[in-house]
Amino acid sequence: MGVKVRIPTPLQALTGNNAEVVAAGGTVQEVIDSLEAQYSGLKERICDEAGKVRRFVNIYVNEEDIRFLQGETTPLKDGDEISIIPAIAGGA
Amino acid sequence: MKKLELSDDQVKRYSRHILLPEVGGKGQRKILEGRVLVIGTGGLGAPVSFYLAAAGVGTIGLVDSDTVEVSNLQRQIIHFTHDIGKHKTDSAREKMEALNPDIKVVVHKTRVSSENILSIIADYDVVVDGSDNFPTRYLVNDACVLSGKPLSHGGIFRFDGQVTTIVPGKGPCYRCLFPEPPPPGLVPSCQEAGILGVVAGTIGVAQATEVLKLLIGIGEPLIGRLLVYNALEMKFRTVKVPKNPQCPVCGPHPTITELIDYEEFCSLRS
Repeated sequence: MGVKVRIPTPLQALTGNNAEVVAAGGTVQEVIDSLEAQYSGLKERICDEAGKVRRFVNIYVNEEDIRFLQGETTPLKDGDEISIIPAIAGGA
Repeated sequence: MKKLELSDDQVKRYSRHILLPEVGGKGQRKILEGRVLVIGTGGLGAPVSFYLAAAGVGTIGLVDSDTVEVSNLQRQIIHFTHDIGKHKTDSAREKMEALNPDIKVVVHKTRVSSENILSIIADYDVVVDGSDNFPTRYLVNDACVLSGKPLSHGGIFRFDGQVTTIVPGKGPCYRCLFPEPPPPGLVPSCQEAGILGVVAGTIGVAQATEVLKLLIGIGEPLIGRLLVYNALEMKFRTVKVPKNPQCPVCGPHPTITELIDYEEFCSLRS
């Protein structure tokens, strides 16, 4: 199953400047692994050494933060859209 | 307190507000009685403070310790070429007072820290975060949660922006959204990454809009929602921000009960 994944600007250097990519997987975890297989280096930017999503990066399935769903094991269905949204601090 | 009556000049100046049934004379009086602190007089702080001055926010505090540099002028529209070298707070105050003599501008020529932030924000109704680094953003969030002050949060990076509104006790805080800042060096700042100047305007004006809504008490503020903007696609999206029951600062069992000094904070992270 393929889902659309929105890639934030700071990580687009790893996806050939693509803001939206397609990844395979029935859970968020599988999608992250699918992204890593396509774009090496992406996973370590999103997840820590233990494979958990970093605390300054959020992953949304449609509008919902996976931390408040089932985390990395959140199941996906056809047509779901995943957004990766990191904290940004700029303002000056 | 005596109810503030609008003068004839004020009725004329704010007529386009007063014409709006949702605002009216009553809403304009609330704006005039409003006290708003803007932290940072840079990319976000410039449009926020300029628009709030135009709108007639009665007392506007500005916090910044920097002086105007030529590289600021591509986006920090409250500062002009002849202001280079001047304190940002002074430069901004001059423009705001010239735009609207009705308002009082209070300058705080300092950086917020765990030592001073609670006493600085104590005098204001709403706080606007227009700072440019993670330690300050977490400090401002924690201080607003601990003092129960509404906070408009905005962040910008290259072509992207984020806005959310934090009302302690009513909705989630910034730590519910992002529990911890990234370790230093992992995420580049604007200074290193660049910023399309107008993105600061789009996000700053969204923050100013939220402030006015809070002061007047109308509409649906971005409480429990994060507005995410991308200028290249020209798309605004919102995602949900639930209150985190394990939030270290605003949850029922907080582990952060006093402010963390941001320099220490940084060294803790490294």
